[in-house]
Amino acid sequence: MLKTFPTGGVHPPENKLTAGCKIEILPPPKSVVIPVSQHLGAPAVPVVNKGDKVLAGQLIAKAAGFISANIHSSVSGKVLKIDSHTDTSGYKQTAIFIDVEGDEWVPEIVNGSDPVKEIKLSPEEIVQKCLDSGIVGLGGATFPTHVKLKVPAGKKCDLLIINGVECEPFLTSDHRLMLEKGEEIITGTRIIMKALGVEKAVIGVENNKQDAISLLERLAGKNGDISVQALKVKYPQGGEKQLIKAVTGREVPSGKLPLDVGVIVQNAGTAYAVYEAVQKNKPLVERVVTVTGKTLSRPGNYLVRIGTPVSALIEAAGGLPDNAVKIISGGPMMGKAIGNTQVPVVKGMSGLVVFSGGETERKQYGPCIRCSKCISVCPMGLEPYLLMALSQKVLYEKAGENRITDCIECGSCSFICPAYRPLLDYIRLGKSAVVKMKREKSMK
Amino acid sequence: MSNYLKVSLSPHIHSKDDTGKLMKGVIIALIPALIASVYYFGLGAIIVTLTSVAACVVFEYAIQKYLLKGPVTITDGSAVVTGLLLAFNVPSNLPVLIIILGALVSIGIGKMSFGGLGNNPFNPALVGRVFLLISFPVQMTTWPVPSGFKTGYADAVTGATPLGIIKEGLRNGETIPQLMNQVPDHMQLFYGYMGGSMGEVAAAALILGLIYMLFRKIITWHIPVSIIVTIAIFTGILWLINPSQYADPLFHLLTGGVMLGAIFMATDYVTSPMVPKAMLIYGAGIGILTVVIRIFGAYPEGVSFAILIMNAFVPLMNAYIKPGRFGKEVKNG
Amino acid sequence: MGHTVLLTVISLGSVGLVAALILYFISQKFKVYEDPRIDQIQEALPGANCGGCGFTGCRNFAEALVKADTLDGLNCPVGGASLMTDVAKILGKEAVAADPLVAVVRCQGSYEHRPRTSVYDGVKECSAAHYLYGGETDCHYGCLGYGDCVRACNFDAMYMDEKTGLPVIIDEKCVACGACVRACPRDIIELRKKAKKDRKIFVSCVNCDKGGPARKACRVACIACNKCYNVCEFDAITIKDNLAYIDSFKCTFCRKCVVECPTNAIIETNFPPRKVKAETVEEEKKE
Repeated sequence: MLKTFPTGGVHPPENKLTAGCKIEILPPPKSVVIPVSQHLGAPAVPVVNKGDKVLAGQLIAKAAGFISANIHSSVSGKVLKIDSHTDTSGYKQTAIFIDVEGDEWVPEIVNGSDPVKEIKLSPEEIVQKCLDSGIVGLGGATFPTHVKLKVPAGKKCDLLIINGVECEPFLTSDHRLMLEKGEEIITGTRIIMKALGVEKAVIGVENNKQDAISLLERLAGKNGDISVQALKVKYPQGGEKQLIKAVTGREVPSGKLPLDVGVIVQNAGTAYAVYEAVQKNKPLVERVVTVTGKTLSRPGNYLVRIGTPVSALIEAAGGLPDNAVKIISGGPMMGKAIGNTQVPVVKGMSGLVVFSGGETERKQYGPCIRCSKCISVCPMGLEPYLLMALSQKVLYEKAGENRITDCIECGSCSFICPAYRPLLDYIRLGKSAVVKMKREKSMK
Repeated sequence: MSNYLKVSLSPHIHSKDDTGKLMKGVIIALIPALIASVYYFGLGAIIVTLTSVAACVVFEYAIQKYLLKGPVTITDGSAVVTGLLLAFNVPSNLPVLIIILGALVSIGIGKMSFGGLGNNPFNPALVGRVFLLISFPVQMTTWPVPSGFKTGYADAVTGATPLGIIKEGLRNGETIPQLMNQVPDHMQLFYGYMGGSMGEVAAAALILGLIYMLFRKIITWHIPVSIIVTIAIFTGILWLINPSQYADPLFHLLTGGVMLGAIFMATDYVTSPMVPKAMLIYGAGIGILTVVIRIFGAYPEGVSFAILIMNAFVPLMNAYIKPGRFGKEVKNG
Repeated sequence: MGHTVLLTVISLGSVGLVAALILYFISQKFKVYEDPRIDQIQEALPGANCGGCGFTGCRNFAEALVKADTLDGLNCPVGGASLMTDVAKILGKEAVAADPLVAVVRCQGSYEHRPRTSVYDGVKECSAAHYLYGGETDCHYGCLGYGDCVRACNFDAMYMDEKTGLPVIIDEKCVACGACVRACPRDIIELRKKAKKDRKIFVSCVNCDKGGPARKACRVACIACNKCYNVCEFDAITIKDNLAYIDSFKCTFCRKCVVECPTNAIIETNFPPRKVKAETVEEEKKE
């Protein structure tokens, strides 16, 4: 019996069209737009000015505060301007525009693919390296990695889980990375283990990626420090709390962090980025993005520079089909729809899914027939139908009592609802209002 | 406008199961029982079913279109389900006009007066049925005896239901072993060879429907299983105490619409609880009330009343019984 | 027969008497003293429970009025000055005159003025759209057009104009309760001082982008060109975050800024027609 999380979950069609497509390297575009806020926390502060020459890998914006991340130039060229630009958030944010000239890298960076296994740095140096290199969680939440690697005094961490679940339909970037950069991910895992001072790591992979499971098992060797755990396919297994429950059986209490049960979760892509930063001195300036969709002529997995416009990626995948109606940054369950193709690739963009008419239609919604399907699929054991009603009626106090803040916004409820009710839309509104209310209360 | 990209909140995909498809699933699940009742009660079953379904759909359409002047949603199939269930709950020789009246009460009072689909506290088909039972006690308890397919409608050959025979017999001082000779044996009961409401008799066909609905994930096992188990345990205890006064559990399960109630009536989405824990309590409540009404009450059978009474507790259960929250207790293992 | 009637009357009468006595003693024992003026004031208040005074409902406001030492800062926008004088009379206090206000929508981004650049396909509520992204146009500050404000209005003083996609406030019905202001996720609606004959001059734009992008997104956007600021003699205009703002308490309705504005972002309403027609925007089409 394969392990999985016990409560709720759905099985959306997997549609992993690009699972067999090798990662292709996309050359740098003519110009890039690099937003200074690509992570959770305070936006970085630009340290370059208009007209400055920059090299690929050069620091262009510095982390502002502890929960923030450095931003590096992904290309070499000249800073055109620092202005606002619409990014995946759907709003205008400060961004650094760079015109590309050649492809010159900062000399300290080792560009090459021979794996370096020996870890020379001390734990403190590793954390510092992550901070310097602007590493953030690449699963989508983009939480700065150096914050996660510093275990606060009084807390104990005894297990590292590497998240290779990739439960979102369509996306295959982590899958390909695990297949093609398995060695590096294993070394990256050991680096993170050293930084955290833990003896054991588990790589959680869903059972639909048999090839990655057997490869990683072979590469991990017989030391016993790293093991690979095959998991039963179920969405949202990639959710931090769900993954911890599936792998260890520990349940992160409501409102607490994984560290409270002694676990740290890092994405497989993050492990690779940590490896690159620590062993190769390479900051986070490129990432693998799955560009997919049933109507694209050449869907695939591409290694692109941060700041490349989405249009260049879609061009590489065969161009935007005429009947395309929606482009999603991320997966179809939790990703964000983007309004135009000039949005730049950011650190947290794991995929681009192009939908054509019919595939993603939102139908007129009907009355709740109280079928309780939303309750049975909610991985957090909440009552989505009730939370939506409470949010609609602005009864936030009550929504808070019914644990609206526990919602992980996985979208299972909206996915399953036979009346097509926009449950998560309203729950999000209620959740943000309740969070705000709680913050105001704690301020008083 | 079509040149622009659409933007909306996630999720961007849907399971493709909609209200209409679920209702169609329920209708498919009801087909075996319908075939069984046509087999036992003949043309009457068809007439009752068609009248009831047509009347329910027409009333829903008329009320939505002319009274509420809102959108018409008869295509979602919920009125058809109500119509079928109402038909299943009446004798196959019920006059057409009475059926139409029942449909009007079901849809008009039981469903639309509360705001339509999703808002009615009581199962509409049962509201209609109980209304008819109280208003037309003679017609509603004149059960045709199954006799294979026949073309007659208001058939002359009528008889009591097995539960009615038992109730009457016990009142006259007879004992269960004596009475058991007057009713069909358990195998006949299982296949539905007995007097009763047209859809409730064939336990085998109803169970077939249950299996289909569980397979299609239209309903969960909680409500039917808890009702059946509760009735079995409760009547089983009584039967063990005094087999001469109380019938055996299997007899209770196969008669008086327990199967129809447990599988199709109590599991109605709108009027059943939302949380598995509450579903079990709801089912147990129905089971206990059914047995209490049957054995200690005036009516020989009590499933309809039991379900309606428990329906009234559903809002309370929804408010106070919460699902097992993730992360409620700290477990380290 | 008479015996039965008598018995009935006596027994029922005594039951009634005992019940009345019990009720009387209980009501005496548990009597809560309440200032009778609270009821009086509540009677005088409009009873709409709109929350425009800042309290939850008229009753709470009445209680606050009775408790308050002065009436400064306490105002029922619905009833206005006349009501507040009545209230002051009941309390025997001085009425503090508050300026009557009226709500205005500070956005002119109609379909015509603001080109659409994407289609919103979610729940038709401004709050949801605002949560998701900048909106269907490139102006990430302006009206989203799903009518949260209209739904919030308790006085039927607002409607959505189908031609422009913008909300419209009916001045005569607006009581300045502020429900729409609170409902708008983008802070577009503002309560401004009500002037004679409902005259209004205000910057009908909330776009904080620089001039170029703002203008590109919307033809009638404020581009913070400072022209209005320079022409104003009464210090009523401030420019902050690439946006001009006219203080309704300082504005004298001289209308000079309206003429100056190159993008027609400043609008005037309910004025008599001008004698000399001001030269309007040069229809420059840069893009």
